[in-house]
Amino acid sequence: MTIPATEWMSEIDDEPHLLEAYQGSLPRWCTGCGDNAILAAVQRLCRDEGLTPEKTVFVSGIGCSSRFPHYMRTYGFHGIHGRALPVAEGIKMARPDLHVFVNTGDGDCCSIGAAHWIHAIRYNMNMTVMLHDNHIYGLTKKQVSPTSPRGLRSNTTPRGAYLEPLNPLTVTLGVTNVSFVAQAVDWIPELLYDIISAAFHHKGLSFVRIIQRCPEYLPNLLDPWVQDPMRTLLLTHENGIQVSPGLAKVYKNQVRHDPSDLNKAREVASAEDPIPVGLLYWNPAVPCYDVIRQSPQLRTPDLIRAGLDSELDKFTIWPQDEPKRGQARPRARPS
Amino acid sequence: MDNTLTMQTDAGTRRTRRPRSDDKTVATLKEHILEVISDSGEGAQRCGQSVASIAARMGNGVWTVEIIPAEIQPPARSIEGASGIRIRIGSRPVNNGGDETDLVVAFNEQVLLGRVRAGELKRGCIILLENKWRKDRDPKIRDSYAQAYDQFVADGYRVHEIPMEEECLRHVPDPRRGKNMFALGMLCTLYSLDIERAREQVAFAFRKKADRVVESNLRLLDAGKEWAEANLDFKFKIPAVKATEPKIVVNGNTALALGILASGMEICAMYPITPATSASHYLSDVFEKVGGVVHQAEDEIAACAFAVGASYAGKCAVTITSGPGLSLKQEAIGLAVMTEIPLVVVNVQRGGPSTGQPTKGEQGDLLAACFGSLGDAPKVVMAASTIEDCFYSVITARRIAETFNMVVVVLSDANLATAQQPFPRPRFVEDWLAPPVDQSAVPEGAKPYDWDPLTGLARRFIPGQPNGMHTLTGLAHDRMSRVAYDPDINQESIHRRSLKLAALQKTLKAPALFGDEEGDLLVIGWGSSKGAIEEAVERVRAEGHKVSSMHLTFLQPLPPGIGEAMRRFKKVMTVESNWCDDPADEIVDQENRRYSALAMLLRARHLVDVDCWCDVRGQPLKPETVARVMREKLG
Repeated sequence: MTIPATEWMSEIDDEPHLLEAYQGSLPRWCTGCGDNAILAAVQRLCRDEGLTPEKTVFVSGIGCSSRFPHYMRTYGFHGIHGRALPVAEGIKMARPDLHVFVNTGDGDCCSIGAAHWIHAIRYNMNMTVMLHDNHIYGLTKKQVSPTSPRGLRSNTTPRGAYLEPLNPLTVTLGVTNVSFVAQAVDWIPELLYDIISAAFHHKGLSFVRIIQRCPEYLPNLLDPWVQDPMRTLLLTHENGIQVSPGLAKVYKNQVRHDPSDLNKAREVASAEDPIPVGLLYWNPAVPCYDVIRQSPQLRTPDLIRAGLDSELDKFTIWPQDEPKRGQARPRARPS
Repeated sequence: MDNTLTMQTDAGTRRTRRPRSDDKTVATLKEHILEVISDSGEGAQRCGQSVASIAARMGNGVWTVEIIPAEIQPPARSIEGASGIRIRIGSRPVNNGGDETDLVVAFNEQVLLGRVRAGELKRGCIILLENKWRKDRDPKIRDSYAQAYDQFVADGYRVHEIPMEEECLRHVPDPRRGKNMFALGMLCTLYSLDIERAREQVAFAFRKKADRVVESNLRLLDAGKEWAEANLDFKFKIPAVKATEPKIVVNGNTALALGILASGMEICAMYPITPATSASHYLSDVFEKVGGVVHQAEDEIAACAFAVGASYAGKCAVTITSGPGLSLKQEAIGLAVMTEIPLVVVNVQRGGPSTGQPTKGEQGDLLAACFGSLGDAPKVVMAASTIEDCFYSVITARRIAETFNMVVVVLSDANLATAQQPFPRPRFVEDWLAPPVDQSAVPEGAKPYDWDPLTGLARRFIPGQPNGMHTLTGLAHDRMSRVAYDPDINQESIHRRSLKLAALQKTLKAPALFGDEEGDLLVIGWGSSKGAIEEAVERVRAEGHKVSSMHLTFLQPLPPGIGEAMRRFKKVMTVESNWCDDPADEIVDQENRRYSALAMLLRARHLVDVDCWCDVRGQPLKPETVARVMREKLG
């Protein structure tokens, strides 16, 4: 069986680099912002996997989290609000040899870019998507987001948010072709790394929701969970994320969850307190759109010439009578 | 037109004579315009396209215009449901749909009424009308048919009632499918078309169907031919000029798709929208053969963003859309402008604003294409004016996009999308293709936006190039692609991006004049109106007037030489299919008159008092309409 190009092309140049090789400009996020934890985990991942910096692209939209690519020393595309996923899909379709990562926030992904989110899950192209979910619009200074808890006071909901929050996990798990869904929290860096690493190794679109703190606008929102390890539910399974003995001593609230069970995953995702952390769903057999659409043909000028000529033949009126099929016809030489 | 039509017809009588086939008058014509119209789904377009293909294969000039109702299945026998095709056949090449129709085949009287009321039929037009409605079981239908028939006759049309269905029933059980082939047979007789070529055409059109389908259609073709030989006492011949070179016959949208294939682009991201989508249909069918991908995205925004992503990764991509889609794509177009990513946007214009007239042509998107994005977003805008142009513009657009790292918008419209005209078969050259993706190492310390002070051009670094790592951003950025916090940086980056348009403009040639270099009136146009404007110029010049025309391919930047040319004429005006106020309106004056798009651009650019005339009915401009405008302007 031939292995699709997209499964090996991105790995041929990989070789060891130092952590510094992946560090771009100094992050301008607030002190204590969960984005810093994600950046640290991702830089470590790049080093540990030996990703070639020039073969790695981080794509983002707009928002605090979308500044992420600037702080990496790889190629980066800091685009427009909500459209990180379609940009990333175009990159992956054109260049299966690149490692593609997407950093998007709860406003970027679940609000303005919601249509792209649903369809990106369905395309299942090979990329790692990190949803930096801090439950608030930070860059525009504290407006309610689709994942803000009901009753949250913000500049656009001074008397409290009117609606129950959207659950990004259940939405994602409801989309056809979903193949990898995990949840991490910024205050357990060890698991954050392990989860992003598992996501990177998945062939297909891996969706990682990272619950993170916004020290500027929601400084205390997650305190009850950060301070009480029992309000974190670790998902354990031999096919899931392995919890170290040290961590297991602190986070005793654990449940065995088979990540191949989609219905169970939806059930786990629906229970928001305690916060489930780990791999909710994993199905490596889901086909990838980028692999399905990859051309088996090598695009040479001769291939294009032949393709064009055979199409033109269908529409050509020859000066004399119709030539017989296969008869030699004048061909232009390249000038 | 001076079609020397010398023949006897039996207008006003219901029964046709049964002449012997050798006693009919064959009128030799320079050109003729015919139409086939029916309810949707009765195959009038296939019939008409076959006529056009056969005539083109015989060496005639042809131009087809599709008549498309707005709905997929409009109610049967309705005035607004007319579906069909108009074909202009000439001895010489024809470059537009012409004026009114000379002969029409109609499958019912209601669709015909639609054409009569639209003023599309010439006085005395020959009508071949299906007569089964006269004996319909429904008395309302019988009455409406009889009334309409009497009106057609009273209006001076030469009406022939044809028992199409009755004759078809002799050969097939369901004449609703296949009546169009009977009509094709009749037209072969009437226009002295080569029946062997017609047979080939039918076999080709039904090549994907079962043999018995082909056979039954061939039987109907012969039946139509024989019936016309036996029952109609007139015949035309439009002598053809022998072709000297191979030509291809496609519509504008197929030409666009072939151009994409030939340009070497390999990714087309699109979202379905009328009237652009048929280009993507055809491309979807053939693109994979050359390793290309048509991606139908979840929406217009995603389609454009997907294309931007592919282009960024080194493979210049194209997105195809129509007006409402262009509105949605503007944010991603702005991103491509800001980050200097090459991108080709094809906009097959339809009537606007908003959902507007999806199946009708208009030139209403010129200013949106030039200035649609927020802020200063210089991009290249070019317009195809012929079917051939649709092919070559895409190739040119790709090259400009990649040379200047700019967005190039190619404007076509609904009229070009479905019109067919033979043009010389393109001869592929490798230069059309994009070079392979550059993966060479970037020199240490090179900057991702190292703008040339003269031209604004900068080498683009593509993912995979060692040392080229940077994060590009839609935020204002400096030469290192770092987010700009210094006010001078925005001033500089806007300056450099703007210069690229001037650099491109320096490479453009002055547009040629059609007619003399100086005179009383210069008419400037762009897009699909070229053929009609030039034919109008010929007519008005033949009357002794000093009129010339100029047709623009590049709308942004405008090519050199226009100002100088305009000053050699006493009056200058544009003829466009986008709105301008009529100065005759009571409250319209020099201070509030709204000008057509190109007129506005030319006035701003050259300080010349350019007048304008517009028509936004959505139909292709007729040469005689334009000629009348010229005569009025000449005074």
